[in-house]
Amino acid sequence: MTARPYIIKLKNTPSNGINLLPIGPVDHDILRHLSESITEHCNMPCSIGQETEIPEHTLNQTRKQYDSKLILKHLMMHGPPEPLRLIGVTGVDLFVPILKYVFGIAQIKGRCAVISLKRLSPRFYDLPPDDALFKTRVEKTALHELGHTFGLTHCRDLHCVMTSSTKISDTDGKHSAFCITCFELLKWYREKLMD
Amino acid sequence: MTKKPRILVVDDEAAIRESLNDWLLEDGYEVGLAEGGERAVAMVMEKKWDVVLLDLKMPGMDGLEAMEKIKAARPDSEILMMTAFATIDTAVQAIKNGAFDYLVKPFDPDQIEMQIRKIISHKELVMENILLRQQLEEKSRYDEIIGTSDAMQDVFDLITRVAPTDSTVLITGESGTGKELVAQAIHGNSKCCYMPFIAVNCGALPETLLESELFGYEKGAFTGAEHTKQGRFEMADKGTLFLDEIGDISLKTQVNLLRVLQEKQFRRVGGQELISVDVRILAATNRDLQKGILENRFREDLYYRLNVITIHLPPLRERKEDIPLLATSFIRRYCLEINKDERNISPSALKSLMEYRWPGNVRELENVIERALVIGRGNEITTGDLPFSQKSPGPKTLPKSLKMMEKFHIESILDDNEWNISRSARELDIDRQTLYNKIEKYTIKRH
Repeated sequence: MTARPYIIKLKNTPSNGINLLPIGPVDHDILRHLSESITEHCNMPCSIGQETEIPEHTLNQTRKQYDSKLILKHLMMHGPPEPLRLIGVTGVDLFVPILKYVFGIAQIKGRCAVISLKRLSPRFYDLPPDDALFKTRVEKTALHELGHTFGLTHCRDLHCVMTSSTKISDTDGKHSAFCITCFELLKWYREKLMD
Repeated sequence: MTKKPRILVVDDEAAIRESLNDWLLEDGYEVGLAEGGERAVAMVMEKKWDVVLLDLKMPGMDGLEAMEKIKAARPDSEILMMTAFATIDTAVQAIKNGAFDYLVKPFDPDQIEMQIRKIISHKELVMENILLRQQLEEKSRYDEIIGTSDAMQDVFDLITRVAPTDSTVLITGESGTGKELVAQAIHGNSKCCYMPFIAVNCGALPETLLESELFGYEKGAFTGAEHTKQGRFEMADKGTLFLDEIGDISLKTQVNLLRVLQEKQFRRVGGQELISVDVRILAATNRDLQKGILENRFREDLYYRLNVITIHLPPLRERKEDIPLLATSFIRRYCLEINKDERNISPSALKSLMEYRWPGNVRELENVIERALVIGRGNEITTGDLPFSQKSPGPKTLPKSLKMMEKFHIESILDDNEWNISRSARELDIDRQTLYNKIEKYTIKRH
């Protein structure tokens, strides 16, 4: 069972698709790449929303990081209501209280997710810039969190985009695609959502 | 594990509980949340959790106290202790008290994931090991039923025919003929061979204990019932329950047993909930159950419920042609076990084995061979190595007092039967309780 790029073909393509919402300044080139990639992998329209400011209360002064759960709550309450799924993209470092950091967080079977670009950049690890690698990492992280919003849990196939990423080498080791099982499950969850 | 592993998160901080909950749900675990030690202990009593993530410092019942109570109630739940203030002392204390490991908050994401996976795979390995051992034991035990005699060939034929069915089987035969081995063989060749085989020796337990052993009990059902316990019927669900010495159970337990066999449902001792089970019953006895019916010691309806198919194991004295094969097989096995070169058996010793009456059947033969191999010094087992070749005390050595004569006789019967109480009582023609009373009265001790 190796992950290969499967394209979701639905009976009813929804009119409202996925919206990428930059939280704080985010390179537009990255957002465009992400939008195209999600459209390709999920066969859903993916638009880019207006940049919104990072809510001040989400900064933890002691940890010098932003509380991903609070950002997620902010998105749920103040984000645009129309899109089927809303993915916040931010350049700041995210955490949850029990973990030192997270690459992203999602509502399982929910509407919102948020990803951080901070630890996806090779520069974070004191390595020279690598645009292609960075974009691929962003794409994998966004697809992963999007999968969670449709109800997918972590996958045991280490190449599947739904395999757990606890460190950057996990992200680099997987493909930007769902394995056949996760693909079928995603299709099933989405069709159920459309019914 | 086919079902989702269950993880209980115990922390007084809501933010910690929620973030762990989200993280673990993404991994597909079933998650429970408790805000303190007291609540955690209550949740552990209600259901089994594979892993408990337990905060060390909490108001009220702290982590160490909660761990003690959790471990007492569910020893197989693994505990991962969490704390924001790591010291070597507390870490050592937690692990000494039974924690699987110790994590310092906040965790590295891969640290918690690795620890949980380690516990889950450890539990999976333990379960796999139990199942494999069970399968191996069942396989080898089937091989242990040895016999080329016509009587044993009939037994093998019957086992092969009844094993794949769901029928209840009553296995009869004297003690030591291998009734449990036959039960294992039936289970091992049945449709439910990968499900549990649970054996209960009904004759070894007093009535009240047998009921709670068979049907389980609810917490508080009686003094000492500190937590709910599954009975053997529940443990054997989808598998086989082997009720050994069925002829020894009380009339009250017979009624309860009959009800389960008819309705396939029962209640735990002290419980209200009806529990349904799908269990194949195999029963065994060395008693004459039909005689028991006539003497009102055994219920006729239960007898017919159990006696759908009967497999009778002949005593060894009726299949003496199997003795050489059995003896050789035991010699081979025990020489391997005690790391000695394989030994032969002298013609005269074999003749003695063939002539002996074998009241203890195959089990006695097995013990005799083991003893001969341990005490014997030569390259072969001779008549001198066999216990029944040695002269028993003659009439001159017998005591003159009637009481001492009784003591001497009871001692001798117990020794002959290797202190098997049921068998000795039968030979003495008294009931087991009377025999126990006499053992106590004469302070008879096993040599």
